[in-house]
Amino acid sequence: MSERRFAEVSRDSVKLMAESAGLELGDEVAALLAEDVCYRLREAAQSSAQFMRHAKRKKLTVDDFNKALRWSNVEAICGYGAQDAMLFRSVKEGELFFVEDRDINLIELALATNIPKGCAETMVRANVAYLDGKGNVGPQGTVPAAVQSLSDDLLKYYQQITRAILGEDPHLMKVALQDLQSNSKIAALLPYFVYVISGVKSVSHDLEQLNRLLHMVKSLVQNPYLYLGSYVRSLVSSVMYCILEPLAASINPLNDHWTLRDYAALLLSHIFWTHGDLVSGLYRQILLSLQKVLSDPVRPLCSHYGAVVGLHALGWKAVERVLFPHLPAYWANLQAVLDDYSVSNAQVKADGHKVYGAILVAVERLLKMKALSLPQPAEGCSSSQPGCLAGPMGYRVSSPGLSPPPEPLAEAGLGIASHLQAGGAGCQWEEWSPVPLPAMYSELYSFFGDSLAVRFSTEQSFGGFSPCTPSHFRETRKEPLGHVSNPDTTRKMPQLTANLNISPRQDGSPRTDPPPPSLAATGSVRSLARSSMQRSRASSSRSGQRSIGLSRDVFPKARFTSPHSGPPTFSFVIGGRQMGRRCQGRRPFQTIFVPTPPPPVVLPRVYTHKLPVIGRVCKPLRRWTRSHYSLHLPL
Amino acid sequence: MEHDQFKFIFKMAAVQGGMVDAKDELDIKSEPPSDGFGNSNANDGRLLSSSPGAGTGGTATGNNKPAPGPPEEQQTLLAVLQFLKKSKLAESAEILRREAGLPEDALDPKGTDASGSGPGLAAGSGQVDGVDASSLLSRVTVSSSAAAQAPKKAGEDQPDVSVVLSAYSQQGDPSLYDAYYSGLKRFIESVLDCHRAELSQLFYPLFVHMYLELVYNNNESVAKAFFEKFSGDQECYYEQDLRILSSLTKKEHMKGNETLLDFRTSKFVLRISRDSYQLLKRHLQERQNNQIWNIIQEHLYIDIFDGMPRSKSQIDAMSGSLAGEARREANKAKVFYGLLKEPEIELPLDDEDEEAENEEGKPKKKKPKKDSMGSKSKKQDPNAPLQTRIPLPELKDSDKLDKIMYMKESTKRIRLGSDNLPSICFYTFLNAYQGLTAVDVTDDSSLIAGGFADSTVRVWSVTPKKLRKVKSAADLNLIDKESDDVLERIMDEKTASELKILYGHSGPVYGISFSPDRNYLLSSSEDGTIRLWSLQTFTCLVGYKGHNYPVWDTQFSPYGYYFVSGGHDRVARLWATDHYQPLRIFAGHLADITCTRFHPNSNYVATGSSDRTIRLWDVLNGNCVRIFTGHKGPIHALAFSPNGKFLASGATDGRVLLWDIGHGLMVGELKGHTDTIYSLRFSRDGEILASGSMDNTVRLWDAMKAFDDLETDDFTAATGHIHLQDNSQELLLGTYMTKSTPVLHLHFTRRNLLLAAGAYNP
Repeated sequence: MSERRFAEVSRDSVKLMAESAGLELGDEVAALLAEDVCYRLREAAQSSAQFMRHAKRKKLTVDDFNKALRWSNVEAICGYGAQDAMLFRSVKEGELFFVEDRDINLIELALATNIPKGCAETMVRANVAYLDGKGNVGPQGTVPAAVQSLSDDLLKYYQQITRAILGEDPHLMKVALQDLQSNSKIAALLPYFVYVISGVKSVSHDLEQLNRLLHMVKSLVQNPYLYLGSYVRSLVSSVMYCILEPLAASINPLNDHWTLRDYAALLLSHIFWTHGDLVSGLYRQILLSLQKVLSDPVRPLCSHYGAVVGLHALGWKAVERVLFPHLPAYWANLQAVLDDYSVSNAQVKADGHKVYGAILVAVERLLKMKALSLPQPAEGCSSSQPGCLAGPMGYRVSSPGLSPPPEPLAEAGLGIASHLQAGGAGCQWEEWSPVPLPAMYSELYSFFGDSLAVRFSTEQSFGGFSPCTPSHFRETRKEPLGHVSNPDTTRKMPQLTANLNISPRQDGSPRTDPPPPSLAATGSVRSLARSSMQRSRASSSRSGQRSIGLSRDVFPKARFTSPHSGPPTFSFVIGGRQMGRRCQGRRPFQTIFVPTPPPPVVLPRVYTHKLPVIGRVCKPLRRWTRSHYSLHLPL
Repeated sequence: MEHDQFKFIFKMAAVQGGMVDAKDELDIKSEPPSDGFGNSNANDGRLLSSSPGAGTGGTATGNNKPAPGPPEEQQTLLAVLQFLKKSKLAESAEILRREAGLPEDALDPKGTDASGSGPGLAAGSGQVDGVDASSLLSRVTVSSSAAAQAPKKAGEDQPDVSVVLSAYSQQGDPSLYDAYYSGLKRFIESVLDCHRAELSQLFYPLFVHMYLELVYNNNESVAKAFFEKFSGDQECYYEQDLRILSSLTKKEHMKGNETLLDFRTSKFVLRISRDSYQLLKRHLQERQNNQIWNIIQEHLYIDIFDGMPRSKSQIDAMSGSLAGEARREANKAKVFYGLLKEPEIELPLDDEDEEAENEEGKPKKKKPKKDSMGSKSKKQDPNAPLQTRIPLPELKDSDKLDKIMYMKESTKRIRLGSDNLPSICFYTFLNAYQGLTAVDVTDDSSLIAGGFADSTVRVWSVTPKKLRKVKSAADLNLIDKESDDVLERIMDEKTASELKILYGHSGPVYGISFSPDRNYLLSSSEDGTIRLWSLQTFTCLVGYKGHNYPVWDTQFSPYGYYFVSGGHDRVARLWATDHYQPLRIFAGHLADITCTRFHPNSNYVATGSSDRTIRLWDVLNGNCVRIFTGHKGPIHALAFSPNGKFLASGATDGRVLLWDIGHGLMVGELKGHTDTIYSLRFSRDGEILASGSMDNTVRLWDAMKAFDDLETDDFTAATGHIHLQDNSQELLLGTYMTKSTPVLHLHFTRRNLLLAAGAYNP
C-alpha cells in the first residue's frame, strides 16, 4: 500500500466498539464498517470546514463538526463544546487513548467564595489605525486597562510567563522567554509586561531578578509581532535604570553588576537598532542623561561605568560627542582613583579599572569607526590639521599624567554638566564640532598609550600627506608613543599587528624597549595572573603608572625622522583579530565581566604587561548574548 | 424537463404571494430542456409588485397562462398531480388539474381564469409548504436541471440520484482505463505546444469521470491505483476536489456526495480552439478510443471557438471552477450596468421634515441650494436600465433628508488616489469570545452591527447618540400627538444605551445587513431563517423561511425594500420585506452560495459560491446573465464598483479578481493576500479598492489604474481571451497590519474614511 492519506479507523477499533455495545462482529463486517466509518468521518470533516470558513475562523471547533453532523441527520456529540484544548492521555498497557476528564468537586465549587466574574462585555472599540494611509497614530492595539478585559487565556499566559521568568527554573525561564519572543498574540499583554519590567527599581538588590527582567525586555523587543509604540519609552527607562543606577546590588563587590550593566547597554543599543523609529526622540535625552552621570563626580564609579558602556552601546557617534570631549575632565578623577594604592581604596580602584577598560573599548571603536567613516583622507584635512591640533595638543603636552587637566577643558566639562543640571534642552549639541581623527587619536593616545588596540600608522600616513607637518605635531604624537616605544609594541604583540602594513618601518625602528613579550609571554602573564591576582594587579597597575609617568620624558624622536612615502591612508589594526579562535579573538576588548567570587580577579590577558590592569574578561557571557553583541555592534 | 415542474411550483409560490401585477402579461416561455445552465428559473415578467409600499393588499389577478407544453411537460404536470395526491392535498390537486386542464382537455392554452383560482391555489401551496416544505424543496432543487441538488438531508427521496449515477454503468474493461488515460496523456504531451495547453484541460474532467466510473462499477482497487497514478498530474487548484474524490472509494458513498453529483449533473465546460479540437478528435478516432470519446460526448461540453489557441496562462486564469469555464454564450446577455438616475431632490425642504428626520440628530438649517447629484445624473446613462425596470420604493421624506445629508457629506469627501490614501479607522470587537461571524456598518457610519456565533445580533451606536427604543403602546397613548417633537417623544429615554442585543436566531448569524434608511436590520443564520429586525423597537419583525439550510449571506438592496439571500441550498433568493415568500429564486450554482451582493442599480444580484464561480442574476426575470470563473477557491467577498461597471471578488485563494460586467471579462488579478479575503470595498468614488483578509491585513489597491489600463478591443471582448499582466505589485498601494484581528468588514464613510472591523483574536 502506498502512504495513507487519511487517518483510518482500524477494524479492531470497530470490533472493540461493537463489543462494548454488546455485539459480536465478523472480520468482514468490521472491515466494511471501518471503511464506511472512515468515509463518513471524512465527509463530516469536510462539511464542517465550511462552517469554520463562514464563522471566519481558522480553527475547526467541535461546534463546527456538530453542525455538520446535524445537517447530515446525525446526532451531535455533546460534552465537548469547551474552547480549551482537550488533553489526550494514553494508557501504555491497554494501548488506550482517552480524553482526560478531571473530577470536579462540586462542593468546593458551590461553596466557593471567589465567584468568577464572568467574561467581560463584548464591545467595539474604534481607533484610527493609519492616518492618510501611513503611520500609526497613537498606540495601536491598546487594550483597556482593566484586567477584566483580558481573556482568561491571556491572563493565565501572563501569570505563567511572569512566574516562569521570575521563578527558579532556568529551563522554564528560557522557554518562557522564547515564547515571549515569538508569540504573536500577546499584544494585549504588552502593558502588563512593561509594568512588570518597570519593577526593576524595586529589585535593585537582586541581580538575578534584574537580569531576568532585562531578558524579558529583550524578548519583547525582539518579538516581531509586537508594536511597542509608546511603551518603548518605559522599556528604555527600565534599561537605563539598570545601566546607570548605583544598584543596591553593587554594594557587595561579590555581585557582578558589571555584566548586568553591559547587558543592559547591549539591550539599549539593540532597541535603538531595531526600533529606531520609535525611540529617535529619546536619543538626545538619553545622551544627555548619560553625560550628566558621567560628569557628576559624586556618582559612584559603577554609574560612570554604566554611562560609558551606555554611550558605547549608542554608537561611536555618541562616544565622540559625549565621552570624548568629556574625557580630559574625567580622566583626572579616574587617574586619581587608579593611583591611590591605599588598602581602603582597593575596591574603588578595582572599579576604576573597570571604567578605564570600558572607556578604552569605547574609544577604540570610536577611532576605528571614525577612520572607516573618513573618506580618503584628503589633503585639505592634512592642511587643517596642524591648526586644530595645536590647541588640544598643547594642553596634553603640558599636562603631566597625574596632574588634573588644564582649566579650560575642565570648564568645558563643567559647562556641560551645569547645562544638564539646568535641564535645558540639548543646545549643547549644536556647539559641538567634530575633532579630526588624528587629533583625536593623539589625544586618546595621550591617555591610553599603547593600550589602544587601534593603531594608526601615524608616521607613514602623516608623513605621506603632510610631509611638511610641523615637527611639534609629530613630537606630540610621538611623545606618548615613546614611552611604550610603539614599534616595539607592535612587534611585541605579533598577533595583534601581524598584518600591519607598515612593517618596513617597524623593522627600521629602534628598539628601546625590552624584548617583546610574545604569545608565550602573554601566556605566562596570564598564568601568573591566575596564580595571584593580587600581584598581577599590583604589578600591572604599577607598570601602567610607570609608563604614564615616563611618557612625558621620553622623546624618541629618532624614529620619526624617516618619513615614509606612501599612499595617504589610515591603516589600522584591530588588536587581537588575528589571534585566532583559541585565543578568544577580540574578546579582551569587549569588556565582558562575569561573576567571579573574588571580584577583581582580573585575568590579565594579552596586554597586561603594558596596562594598568583593567578589569577585563574571564568567562564569556552566554553564547547567545555574545552573538547578539556581535550582531548589533558591528566592529 | 423537470425544471418546468420546478417553474410551476415556483409560480404557485409567486402567485400566492400576491404580487402578480395585473397589468403585466405573464408569458412563460417554454425553454428548451437543454438550456439548463442557470436559466432554470424562467419566471419572466413583472412579478414584482409595482408599488411596494402598498403592501400585500393587492389581489392576485395575474393572467396565468400555462404554457402549451410538449408531451413531457404534461407528464411533469401529471407527476406533480400524483405527488399532490400522494401528499393528500386533494384540493390543490383538484385545482391543478382544473387549471392545467388535465387530463381530459389535453392542452388548453388559455386555461381557466387564473384570477379566480389564484387564492385557492395559494392556500393549497401554502399548505404544501407547511406540511412538507423540505421535500418540496428537495424536489424543486433536485429536479431543476441545473442540478441545484438538495444536500444530504433530502437524500432519501432522490430517485434522480440513481438515475444520474446510472450513466456510469456502461463501461469498458476497467483494466484498460489506465492505458486509455495514459495513451491520451502521451498524445497530448506530444502535440505542438500551442495545442498542448488547451488539450491539457481535458485531463482533469476525464480523470474524474474515469475514476468515478471505476468506483461506480466496484473496481475499487483499480480505481485506487488509477487515482494514485494520475492524481499528481492534475492542476494544483483542483487539489481540494481531488481530496474529496480520493476519499470516495465505494459505490455506496457516491450517493449523497454533492461534489460528485455536481460533476455528473453538470457538464464540465472546456473552451478549446477548433484546431485543437480537430486534433483530438482525429486522434481518438484513429485509436478507436471510444471510452474516452464517450466520456467527452456525455460528460463534457466542449465550447469550440475559432482562432488562436489560448496559452497556458490564459487558460489557468479562467479555470478552476467546479464545472470548468463558463460557456461563452452564458455571458452574452446584455447587462444594464449603468446607474439609475438619482431622483432630483428639491433642497429647500419644508419644516416638517426637519423633525421627521430626527435620526440625524442635528437640526438642518439653511441647506445650500446646490444640486450636484441631480445635475450629474440628469443625462441618462446609456447603459443604465430603465428607471422603472424594477419597481423601486418611493422615497420617503426621511430618505430625501438622508440624501441631502449624503450630498452635503460628499462635498466634503476626500479625493483619494494613489498618492492620497485613506485613513483607516479600525473597529475592534473585544471580548468576542462567542465568535464574531458577520459585521455591517450603516451607510452613514453611525451604527455597527455584529452577528455572533452564539446566535445573537448586537447593534452598537458608534456616535454619541445612544440607541433608544420606541415606548410601549400604553405609553404611546399618553403622548400628545400634535406636538412638534412627537418623534422625539415616542422614544423611551430609559432604554438609551450604546448596545442593543437582538435575540431570536437559533444558530450562528452568518450574514447581516442594514437597510439603507437605517430602520431595519437583516440577519441570516445557520438556522435557515432570515430575520428582519426593527431598529426602532429592536424587536424581530419577520422571520423569512425558505432556505431550510444555513443562510450564509444576505444583503439589502441599495434602494431598500428588496433583499437577497443565499445559502447552503445552493440557491439565492430575492425577497421583499413585506413578502414572506421569495420573489425570485436564482438557481444554478453547483455549491453553496457564500456571498450575495446587489448591483448599485438594484437590477442585478451577484452571488459568489463555493463552486468557485460568480454569477450575476437579473432581478427582473431571474436569469443568470454572467458567469465568472477563475477563482480557485470558494468566494467570500464581492464588491461592485460605485459606477456599476466592475465587480471585484475575493476568495479563499487570497486573490482578488476584477471583472468587467459589461463585457463579461476578467480584467485584473490582485495577488498579495495570504489568506481568505472576507471583505472588499470600493472607495466612494471608486479610486481605491480595499480588501480585508484573514491574514490580518487591509490592503489598498489602485482601482483607477487597474481599470484604466484595460484594453478591451473587440477581439478580446468577443472571445473572452484575456491577457492579464501581473501588475499586482504596482497596483498595491499599501498593506496595513492589524493586531491579530482578521478583517471581516470594510466600509468607506461618505467622506472616504476607511472603516475596518474585526474581532480581536488573541
